[in-house]
Amino acid sequence: MNNEELKNSITQILPSATFDESGEFMSVFISSEELLPFMKELRNRDELFFDYLFCETCVDWKDHLMMVYFLNSKTHKHNIVVKAKITDTINPKIESVYDIWKTAELNEDEIFDLFGVTFLNHPNLRRLFMPEDWPGFPLRKNYVDDNMIEL
Amino acid sequence: MKLLGEDIVTETGEFIINMGPQHPSTHGVLHLKIWLDGETIKKIEPHLGYIHRSIEKMSEKMSYRQFIYLTSRMDYLSAHMNNQACALVVEKALQVEVPERAKAIRILLAELSRIGSHLLWFASVGLDLGGVTPFFYAFREREAINSLMEENCGARLTQNFHVPGGILEDVNPDFQKRVKEVIKQLKDNFHEYDEILTGNVIFQNRLKGVGYLSKEDAISLGCSGPTARASGVVCDIRKSNPYDGYEKLEFDEVVLTGGDSWARYQVRMAEMLQSIKIIEQMIDNMPEGDIVAKTKNVIKLPKGEFYQRVETARGELGVYIVSEGAATPYRCKYRSPNFANLSAIPIAAKGGKIGDLIAIMATVDLIIPDIDR
Repeated sequence: MNNEELKNSITQILPSATFDESGEFMSVFISSEELLPFMKELRNRDELFFDYLFCETCVDWKDHLMMVYFLNSKTHKHNIVVKAKITDTINPKIESVYDIWKTAELNEDEIFDLFGVTFLNHPNLRRLFMPEDWPGFPLRKNYVDDNMIEL
Repeated sequence: MKLLGEDIVTETGEFIINMGPQHPSTHGVLHLKIWLDGETIKKIEPHLGYIHRSIEKMSEKMSYRQFIYLTSRMDYLSAHMNNQACALVVEKALQVEVPERAKAIRILLAELSRIGSHLLWFASVGLDLGGVTPFFYAFREREAINSLMEENCGARLTQNFHVPGGILEDVNPDFQKRVKEVIKQLKDNFHEYDEILTGNVIFQNRLKGVGYLSKEDAISLGCSGPTARASGVVCDIRKSNPYDGYEKLEFDEVVLTGGDSWARYQVRMAEMLQSIKIIEQMIDNMPEGDIVAKTKNVIKLPKGEFYQRVETARGELGVYIVSEGAATPYRCKYRSPNFANLSAIPIAAKGGKIGDLIAIMATVDLIIPDIDR
């Protein structure tokens, strides 16, 4: 499917979604509450069938956090980027997509560790790299550490 | 029963053991916590962070000329391909056209590193399963490749040969002759690998039917590279999203449907021959000309988001750069192949014997610094 057809299908699922086509892949912006039902549709509809989550990450934009999901369909060979905005930066929460793509387990552990995003219904949420009692979340922009050296 | 304050026997009678972080066959500081029922594996939980250097955070403070070289320390066996991914993402954002000669040298060195990486894997898979001799066979050829790298790049493992827009400097005048020597040595000796390991019945029995990974699981777990291709997933980035001129070359994507350790072994062995094929196509018609395109001294990427993927020896490496128009990346994320492939081990090993876990880890071929970053 090309971007226009993808847009039409996605608008049918979620009319409030907005699009950005400036990058290499088309981006779809949704709010964090809509994430799980929307992702399930993307995975399960035959004409979309996004079965391969090849990159999952988070970007700290200071006033909000943006979850970024890179999706690919191995059957239809199309790509899409889903971006879910989390407005609460003090106590960020979002649904886990582990039920849809199993690769999310470790990726979400990593995001929880480095950004402090709590994933609801995650099977085993833990700090993956840093010690359990490490203060702060290193990839946040407001992270400070006395031992950090300015490069 | 408790050991160091932790239960080592669960309520259901499962025995918990720790494999690693200092274990000879985990190839680095991988720590697996394993729940065992007798010898049968019930559950595996990877524990990471022993070599976490926060490369993504460091990249946020480095210029676009500097951040390339941090990636050599991620997957140190595919250092050349990692650097290539970073150079390509900068070139894509700046829309710089790389000279043909630079592209050819990039591919030649990338395929040589791929062979070198698979040779080290061949050495260690033999060693893990109890055979010492294959190690010496493989290192004989790997040494020749490393020496060739040293002559041209100045370093044996972390080549750091890329700059945005091309490569650092031209290769030696005798480069073509030396590559042909190395390739000839490899082709002459390749039958020895098959004789000592591939045809060995004991070795085959250790791998056949062990660590089965289905195609659906491989896709759902985000696997890529030889691990996924052995389960029937078509995922070679060199074919699907060609870069640096791979689209002009003739080679086959090796895809098997076995899904077990033996299939993963066969995929890697066949990939070495495909890499030789690529090198032989290129070495006699290397274009002449510039080796680097002109870029500004201080590189500033336009505002936006850029994603570039390359096929390293272990799978798909993705570099995701968020730029705010400054001289440093706002956010730099590496989608590393080993991080995704790691999650295949608990699935593939579940229900098997603990002795087979070594065979599974050997054929999935993890590099731990790439997982931790």
